[in-house]
Amino acid sequence: MSEPAVRRRTVIIDESFRVHHLLDRESVLGPVMLAPLLVYLVALVGLPLLLVIYYAFTDATTGSSAFSFTGLDTFQKTLADPVFRTALRNTVVFTLVAQVVVIVLATILGFVLSADFRGKWVVRFLILLPWTTPVALSALSWLWMLDSLFSPFNWILGSLHVIDEGTPVAWLGEDSLAVASVIGLQAWRTLPLAAVILMAGLTSIPPELNEQAEVDGAGFWRRFFDITMPLLAPIMMVAILFGIVATFTDMAAVYILTRGGPGYATQVLGSWSFYTGIQGGSLAQGAAIGIFMFPVLLGVCILMLRRASQTDVV
Amino acid sequence: MPARAPVVISRWAVLTAFAVLCAFPFGWATFTMFKSDDDLYTVGHVPFLYNSPPTLVHLKVLFTETAFLTFVRNSLEIGVIVVAITLAISVPAAYAIARLTGQWGGRLAMTVFIFYLVPPTLLFLPLSRIVADMGLQDTIWALVVVYPTLTAPFSTWLLVGFFRSIPRDIEEQAMVDGYSRVGALVRTVLPLAVPGLFTVVIFTFAFTMNDFIYAVAFISSSSNMTVSAGVPTELIRGDVFFWQSLMAAAVLVAIPVALAYNFFLDRFVQGLSLGAVKG
Repeated sequence: MSEPAVRRRTVIIDESFRVHHLLDRESVLGPVMLAPLLVYLVALVGLPLLLVIYYAFTDATTGSSAFSFTGLDTFQKTLADPVFRTALRNTVVFTLVAQVVVIVLATILGFVLSADFRGKWVVRFLILLPWTTPVALSALSWLWMLDSLFSPFNWILGSLHVIDEGTPVAWLGEDSLAVASVIGLQAWRTLPLAAVILMAGLTSIPPELNEQAEVDGAGFWRRFFDITMPLLAPIMMVAILFGIVATFTDMAAVYILTRGGPGYATQVLGSWSFYTGIQGGSLAQGAAIGIFMFPVLLGVCILMLRRASQTDVV
Repeated sequence: MPARAPVVISRWAVLTAFAVLCAFPFGWATFTMFKSDDDLYTVGHVPFLYNSPPTLVHLKVLFTETAFLTFVRNSLEIGVIVVAITLAISVPAAYAIARLTGQWGGRLAMTVFIFYLVPPTLLFLPLSRIVADMGLQDTIWALVVVYPTLTAPFSTWLLVGFFRSIPRDIEEQAMVDGYSRVGALVRTVLPLAVPGLFTVVIFTFAFTMNDFIYAVAFISSSSNMTVSAGVPTELIRGDVFFWQSLMAAAVLVAIPVALAYNFFLDRFVQGLSLGAVKG
């Protein structure tokens, strides 16, 4: 470690300042250090983003590299497709419902986790599992848990005589149950991150605030809504934004758990774009489907930017 | 402040409920992977018992008759290379944003983060063509090239927060002592940022394992698949599910990843909050 540093020092002393001087100027060094990241992102995020928008105005397929500009044709076809409309509605509904559930549960979980207690490490490990496990694999565990013949829930319901033993509940075979299952999976896998973010937010609130309010006679709920919630709001926003992005843009959960079915009842934009674009071979239409994620993502971006500019002012 | 008994009891009740809610599918998977076929697939059997003695045969199948170990090796290889690339481009960029760009820093950090918000489900179509044009179709290098598009912006964003939390005086002292800016970064800032760097390593590694869409879109031969893409495609053949082996694969991947996260969770969350609060 010390050898290159010594050499660098002799460079400064012995030679002319030129090269080093240039890199010591922050106006030069800054862009040089930023360049690799920005070049990479422009090439592999910016350019593909433009391409995906361009594809949507063409008749591109995966089979051939030749395609021609077709204007709004693809969009018209996409909008007329009932499966697309189901997917669009599902994407919004799944995200909203899952994230509302997550906010409520994560606040409770954040509260209980912010206290110190014995065995916290083990509890935290168990609670983190849904978030840390690759989604394709955790979706497989749900697939087994909700198996129509061998689901443990079916057995419990059967032995409680809620359902007949001969007619098990097809958790993933009925529209409404399949929808509920996908929402459950999405809420379950985004809950831990939101909870630990809120936990961190709660531990950063100075305890004196609550103690003083308690002395002044404020009850638990009063303190919760007047002190904790406002102070927690910025970090809760972060948790929610991560949850929205994770749920809104996901395809793996649906792809593994229901394959979009039964029928197309649980299809979402991500999975339908994949089925159309890769398996169906219509690059153009897959792109047009994906582009409908834009408005929400743009909204998320704007919220982030506004938050950033607000905190910059403070 | 010693907590009162009712508080302690209700806290444990809530924690237990959440732990069960979160861990149940994995507990169930663990229980399933040791079941014999006879036991598992007999409809009348109580599913919560081992009606026949537990067996390791499905674990053996997973390791010897499937490409699971190949998937694990691919995932590890891809993970290591992507971590190296991510660190190589994120560390300088984050340092530049934190220290060298003045009032532009906040805006640059946001711009970088916005790149992270562009989802794989939108980019996989053009990227699958770009990857094919580069001649990388169906190789692990396709994933190596593409994964840093998500890991680098996020890691940069995290590292900006960590770098900003290190007092400027430390480098300025080193520069007074004769180090260049880069020398001061390497000698004084990076050692202090080690926890942040570890966080980035864990996050990057976990992300590469988590990805599903790129892996299934770019890779078709099972010898090049990652764990996420390989396990569902290899162990589900048509309508035939190798349930015990599938569950074993899920559990064997889930536990080490969760352990790694648990060790670095506080740093990770601290980084999220730093990045979030300071933009």
